[in-house]
Amino acid sequence: MSAAAPLDRGGPAQPLLTVRGLVKHFAVKGSLFGAKAMVRAVDGVDFEILKGETLGVVGESGCGKSTTARLLMHLIEPDAGTLIFDGETVGDGGLTMREFRRQVQMVFQDSYASLNPRLTVEASIAFGPQVHGVQARQAVDRAHGLLDRVGLDPSRFAGRYPHELSGGQRQRVNIARALALQPRLLILDEAVSALDKSVEAQVLNLLLDLKEEFGLTYLFISHDLNVVRFMSDRVAVMYLGKMAEIGPAGAVFDKAAHPYSAALTRSMPSMDPDHRTEEAPIAGDPPNPINPPTGCRFHTRCTFAESVCSTRVPALDPVGPEGGPSHLAACLMHEPGSGHSKAEAS
Amino acid sequence: MLVYLTKRIVYTIPIVVGVSLVCFLLVHLAPGDPLVSVLPPDASEDLKQQLLIIYGFDRPYWEQFLRWVWRALHGDLGNSIASGRPVTTEVLRAVVNTLILATVATVIGFFFGLLFGFVGGYYRESWIDKTASALSVFGVSVPHYWLGMVLVIIFSSQLNWLPPTGAGPGGSGEWTPDWAHIRHLILPAITMSVIPMGIIARTIRALVADILSQDFVQAMRAKGLGERGVFLHVVKNAAPTALAVMGLQLGYLLGGSILIETVFSWPGTGFLLNAAIFQRDLPLLQGTILVLALFFVLLNLIVDLVQSLLDPRIQRS
Amino acid sequence: MALLRFGADAMPSAIESSEGYWASVWRRLRRDKVAMIAGAVVLALILMAVFAPYIVPADPFSGRMLRRLRPIGTEGYPLGSDELGRDMLSRLIYGARMSLLMGVTPVIIAFGLGSTLGIVAGYLGGWFNTIAMRTIDIFYAFPSVLLAVALSGALGAGLTNALVSLSVVFIPPIARVAESVTTQVRNRDYVEAARASGAPGFTIVRVHVLGNVLGPIFVYATSLISVSMILASGLSFLGLGVRPPEPEWGLMLNTLRTAIYTQPWVAALPGAMIFITSISFNLLSDGLRSAMDVKQ
Repeated sequence: MSAAAPLDRGGPAQPLLTVRGLVKHFAVKGSLFGAKAMVRAVDGVDFEILKGETLGVVGESGCGKSTTARLLMHLIEPDAGTLIFDGETVGDGGLTMREFRRQVQMVFQDSYASLNPRLTVEASIAFGPQVHGVQARQAVDRAHGLLDRVGLDPSRFAGRYPHELSGGQRQRVNIARALALQPRLLILDEAVSALDKSVEAQVLNLLLDLKEEFGLTYLFISHDLNVVRFMSDRVAVMYLGKMAEIGPAGAVFDKAAHPYSAALTRSMPSMDPDHRTEEAPIAGDPPNPINPPTGCRFHTRCTFAESVCSTRVPALDPVGPEGGPSHLAACLMHEPGSGHSKAEAS
Repeated sequence: MLVYLTKRIVYTIPIVVGVSLVCFLLVHLAPGDPLVSVLPPDASEDLKQQLLIIYGFDRPYWEQFLRWVWRALHGDLGNSIASGRPVTTEVLRAVVNTLILATVATVIGFFFGLLFGFVGGYYRESWIDKTASALSVFGVSVPHYWLGMVLVIIFSSQLNWLPPTGAGPGGSGEWTPDWAHIRHLILPAITMSVIPMGIIARTIRALVADILSQDFVQAMRAKGLGERGVFLHVVKNAAPTALAVMGLQLGYLLGGSILIETVFSWPGTGFLLNAAIFQRDLPLLQGTILVLALFFVLLNLIVDLVQSLLDPRIQRS
Repeated sequence: MALLRFGADAMPSAIESSEGYWASVWRRLRRDKVAMIAGAVVLALILMAVFAPYIVPADPFSGRMLRRLRPIGTEGYPLGSDELGRDMLSRLIYGARMSLLMGVTPVIIAFGLGSTLGIVAGYLGGWFNTIAMRTIDIFYAFPSVLLAVALSGALGAGLTNALVSLSVVFIPPIARVAESVTTQVRNRDYVEAARASGAPGFTIVRVHVLGNVLGPIFVYATSLISVSMILASGLSFLGLGVRPPEPEWGLMLNTLRTAIYTQPWVAALPGAMIFITSISFNLLSDGLRSAMDVKQ
């Protein structure tokens, strides 16, 4: 592996990663003789990550955000779906999984669990490059450089073990470890969620700096809407294993097209007391993903639900002229001729 | 709950099949011809062939196995080569004696184990706790066959208080609950009780200490619940585990009694096994081991079921 | 493979280095008085076994029939003599060789085979795990004493057969522990992260799994040595282990059984040796466990 920056082949207009029809169902143990039940964790998800952007992914716990991240890394084998990385299909004679994994790296939520307790910080960071053929010496040098870059003095931290570091320091190490392979896409799966608020802000700023410096693209998964808004260029909203809405951050947060996104963003604690909302965001818990509702999965909790919503599955389509072509939502109210009273007749 | 019970019972079936297979294969593991022990050394080739057919050793293994299992299901484990009597009869008679010894030993071990465990768990790091811990380490570390010998040396050979060997006066093999028989039972039962005592004491001590340190016990004390209430609470929470450990220990003692039975010439399954091994009486060996192993599997099953009935949170997989 | 060597040579000297895991275990173990005494006894027993020929006062194999069963403290027989007039002290010292060998070897073999099986099953999961673990459940259905006696009874007496039987007895428990620890480690994020770096399975197991599972499996295995000592000598006691005239504590206990009325305390000596060995291994293992049982 050369130390040169990874080649950008398709030019800035080509999406860095295109995800098509990603599906993962987990079998759960049912009753003794009954058929095995399936949890539809991710049930047909399509999206693109553009070069140089930060795509935020939000949704309640259990909506499939983290599963999607693990599916992208092939840490879990997807049941179906295609990944196209900068124009090249991943697997099937295209980009090898190994090469893809070098270009896409991930930072996990639990900073402690994601570091091997028996390895020193520098050994953890140097592991990836060594796997990809970098000599031990160079890999350690690179580890020191990265430690310095994430704000940890290598002469003090390189020889330490994870339990000797604070949560924020550990997460910096995890970021350095992910960057050691010189990836182009970094998946941040709730990467700052477990940190104290003050530390979180420092790490977020570090992430922004690193993005600039290394020309990175981020997939930023979090349940914290304020953080997502702060970080993201575009935002994807997931509900029960499906994409509910995706579009520019401003549009999704301020002019949400999907009732679920609207409810989510309304529930955001606002800094402005005049805009503080009193109404309950969304009623009830999300339905059981083992037997998700038919039709639109949100119809059981949606205030605009009509009978058609329980039978017809909405497609992820452009919201309309005012939203622009990049703002998509899966709601029958925005689907002309769907039969919903608020939809345009075709 | 019902699903768990059914599952647990169904899960036992492959274990039973596997255990039978291992017992069956034991005979074929033995070096040399399985007939060696039956045949006189100068047996003719003709006689050998005849016996091969009579014992079914000429058939393929799987057929032999199925026949063996089929007969075993009907209570027929073959005949002992040494005595010529049915293995089933011999084993059942011996099992009764072992069961008596193991049960008494478990009860003694359970009683003292609980006592030491509770006291140790309640008064942690006190001298009584340390003594109890030392006793439990002693219990699991002592070679019990040696302990048996030492007890015989002290109480039979030196003090002449108790009989050293046998289950009853005059080598009586049939156990009856009279004083003469009980005198014979004391030494082997005490020897045997040392292992479960150590293990139960260790388990209960950890359990009691854990329960006492839990938040809700602190809360109960804060609410003014008396020590009696706390104690009852601890008992209620420790009981399922204690019973489970006791059940398993009984199983281990039943299967592991061979050494102690040899020391005390106790006419149980261990003694039978010993005889079977040295007379190379393979049907007897096979049958005894099968019965003991199935006993153990059954006991495991019962322990699991009882435990899950007592404490629905525990549904071991 | 030059890959992944994190030796001191790769570390510039200016780097502050922290105390490694095993160094911290050793530091805590050293403070445990009971464990250190037990460890010293174990060490002494091992040295006694290794240097037995140089320290025995008399030939442990030749006896004089006229000086049978002498009591402890007899002139020339500090610990008495056995049923064939052989020096007990010399036989007890020599006995350490065979008894330790018989007690420790099965655990070492079972540690090698059992942890390999358990780690592979735990890391691979799936059908391999199911088959391996269900098979192991079958052996779990036999109490350990019964299984050891059954196997060596069927195989016939002898040192090799006894070692084989005992190894078979200890493989299932070690494999079970190895499997459950590995399954836990396999699902940790750092293993996921290593997979995400594109490392092949073998490298992940070597660098990230082994270091985190071998410790717990090792501690568990050491706790079995005590049981193994008792069982191994028990097999010899039953006449299923080594054969006479080999000095082995269990066998000596067996042949001296008839002497419990004439020289009871001499007859009890070999058992005391088994007990001392077994309890020392047990206490050392306990100490090791608590020294390693620190949230790191």
